[in-house]
Amino acid sequence: MKYTIRICGEAGQGIQTTGEGFSRLFSSLGYNVFSFQDYESRIRGGHNFYQISFSTEEVYAPKKFLDLVLTFDKKGLEYKNLLSDEGIVIYDANSLKQSESDERFVNCPFREMLKDAGLKNIFENVVSFALVSNIFSIDKKYVYKVIQDIFSDKSEDILEQNMKAIDIGYNFEMKKKIDLPSSNNESKILLDGVKGIGIGAIGSGCKFYAAYPMTPSTGVFQYMGANAEKFNIVVEQAEDELSAINMTLGASFAGVRAMTGTSGGGFALMNEALSLSGMTETPIVILLSQRPGPATGFPTRTEQGELLYAINAGHGDFPRVVFAPGDPLECALLTNKAFDISEKYQIPAIVLTDQHLVDSLCSYEKDLKIDLQNQDYRLRSAEFESYQDYKRHKFLDFSKNNPLHPLAVPGDSRQLVFTDSDEHDEEGHITEDGEVRKKQLERRYFWKIENIRKEISPPKIYGNKNSKIVLVGFGSNLGILREIANNKKLSICAIHYSELFPLPLRENSEEALNNILNAYVTICIENNASGQFQKLIESEYRFKFSNNIRKFDGRPFNYDEVLEGIYAII
Amino acid sequence: MQSYKDFDNGIIPAWCPGCGNFGILDTFKKALFELNIEPHEITLVSGIGQSSKMPHYLKCNGFNGLHGRSLPVATGISVANHKQKVIVFGGDGDTYGEGGNHLLHAFRRNPNITLFVHNNEVYGLTKGQASPTTEFGRHTKAQPFGALSEPLNPLAFAIAMDCSFVARSFSGNLEHLKNIMKMAIMHEGFALVDILQICVSFNKVNNFEWYKDRVYEFKAEYDLADKLRAFEKSQEFGDKIPLGVFYSSARSTFEKNMPIIKENTLVSMQNFPDIKSLIC
Repeated sequence: MKYTIRICGEAGQGIQTTGEGFSRLFSSLGYNVFSFQDYESRIRGGHNFYQISFSTEEVYAPKKFLDLVLTFDKKGLEYKNLLSDEGIVIYDANSLKQSESDERFVNCPFREMLKDAGLKNIFENVVSFALVSNIFSIDKKYVYKVIQDIFSDKSEDILEQNMKAIDIGYNFEMKKKIDLPSSNNESKILLDGVKGIGIGAIGSGCKFYAAYPMTPSTGVFQYMGANAEKFNIVVEQAEDELSAINMTLGASFAGVRAMTGTSGGGFALMNEALSLSGMTETPIVILLSQRPGPATGFPTRTEQGELLYAINAGHGDFPRVVFAPGDPLECALLTNKAFDISEKYQIPAIVLTDQHLVDSLCSYEKDLKIDLQNQDYRLRSAEFESYQDYKRHKFLDFSKNNPLHPLAVPGDSRQLVFTDSDEHDEEGHITEDGEVRKKQLERRYFWKIENIRKEISPPKIYGNKNSKIVLVGFGSNLGILREIANNKKLSICAIHYSELFPLPLRENSEEALNNILNAYVTICIENNASGQFQKLIESEYRFKFSNNIRKFDGRPFNYDEVLEGIYAII
Repeated sequence: MQSYKDFDNGIIPAWCPGCGNFGILDTFKKALFELNIEPHEITLVSGIGQSSKMPHYLKCNGFNGLHGRSLPVATGISVANHKQKVIVFGGDGDTYGEGGNHLLHAFRRNPNITLFVHNNEVYGLTKGQASPTTEFGRHTKAQPFGALSEPLNPLAFAIAMDCSFVARSFSGNLEHLKNIMKMAIMHEGFALVDILQICVSFNKVNNFEWYKDRVYEFKAEYDLADKLRAFEKSQEFGDKIPLGVFYSSARSTFEKNMPIIKENTLVSMQNFPDIKSLIC
């Protein structure tokens, strides 16, 4: 069984809170949950929706067809053509001033019910939340619990009125009832991309986060802020992105793990300092949370249009890594890997996400463990004091396990730490010497790119590995790839890349490459117009995909349209 | 250290013969020596320009970054390790042009950073274009009809923004410069010292003779925290150019305002925390 609910309304009508409420409710009952958000760049008005799918089976991606629409605006009534066979729409004809004769539309006079009970319209969300829960025959005590959790910081009085609103919702006589099969599972937890990245950063020892607010990267900025006190993190809102990344470099140079976050436009402003990170070999992690460009583009929507930009941004030759996690758990793991590689190789690392991933919730087992790999590569205190002949940019020392000279904390020793954006000698001072530059590049570029590449993990393979239809994607399309691989109609092999630059060595990804080479139909799927991922893979591994599926309307792929797309191809 | 010369690192400066920077460099070493500051206790930050090469020519920790971006880097360093003395060197182009926005916000934040601006009223390294402090109407190869923007008054700007220490000195009066430098370094909070500097190659107007006839030392006869009097004094520029401390206020610093680093430095707290409580 699989159900999809869409809650719609204007910005400011509590759509997000209601949607989160349902996500919590179904995950607390042990169902697998996937939810995502669709919203406009405005504070009030417009039309937003929050869509939740829950199931006893795995669920990772948006669905096209809706089993229940709960709408607080007229626009929500237009989703008739998206209703599943048994689908219904819940609305309040009085407050929308529109009545539908179609029997799939169920008029629930929320406001009238509230008025009769002496409650304000603001409890409309809670009444409707309870009413819908009742349609799914959910025991009222679970609904109480969710509402209590959400409004735990509110006064006793407000809480009491909320409970009253739940009772009103449950008392409404509803002909249509759905008996959900029991999930037989323990309650689950929910993570979204924001939390995933935040957990990864905090667990990697991020002690400094500077940013300028920009959708859809602001969530992580605020998550770090919310955890600043508990984990001793300095979180600073910079005057612009130039400042944000330069502050981050300063903090890292001084000895702490540091991160900044932005979206495409802000990342453009950061490009010069990205190159500075490469030149001065100062490790930083940059969150690049994509939205459709160019320029201001679609501020609150989603796209994977900055893959090649992330790989190529910044002037001059310098190494970097670009990781594009596929789900909230990978967000944590790859942010951690970004920090580790960045510190180990003294380079910038980019974590590439998008609006769809940062705003999507996924359920996980309650006892989920996130295993992070951490090692401090820096020279500190006594270790620095006793270090022989420290030079910040010393040429490679092959007598060491890691021949790269370590980063040292300035001030922890009488030895000095100096670096420069100009080409520099071993001590970090300006040079005009061509031979010195060649030796610096030997370390700063050639040695690093060769060794970083060995650390890159192969893509993950889902579904039937022997299938002659292979679907290949990256980043936030992991959910789609996994669900397509799980489909019961068509045997499909799905391959997901999350470590995109450098790409894994051919010899480390033989299995995936063989699956592709042996298939009749190879489809590259991505959320952009130009096929950036396809170009990247094709040029690296020297083969051509037979087909592609691209979407660039600012909305994420849904399962049904991708399956239709594959059918159309074969 | 036995002598200020112990700050020498043996690198020969790439400045023009006769450049005002030589005197500023020497004076800076003397100021540090007299304040009993050791090379490893300071981090020097700079951007791009002739003045930004300063950190290369003495023993210190240093980060020579991008044009205009020295203040954000310095702020990051100072917050991560507030026990380091963070000192920034820049020119009029670096600080007042390319880095103008960062300067404005450094005034607001008030980090414990000393900023020395070598103000020679011209772009030296790029060979003679107008800078934000070049006088109105000055002709250059890039300004064929003369500089058509009014020059910035950095002191008035700083005082208006409540910069917690504002002073002016002159590369031709090194004793004065040394005292101002010492005061600025010891000041707790953001300190701006605008140093009038000779550019022998590209500024033929504001040369030593020009300044010598105009500059005079003053000791404020008003309360240094009196913003209006300080602002009034900062308007004096032309036939008479005052050198001295214009304004000083006891504002709490950015580092002090940040509760997390009230006791320990951020760098001393570097760890890998347990994230179990976040997974819920």
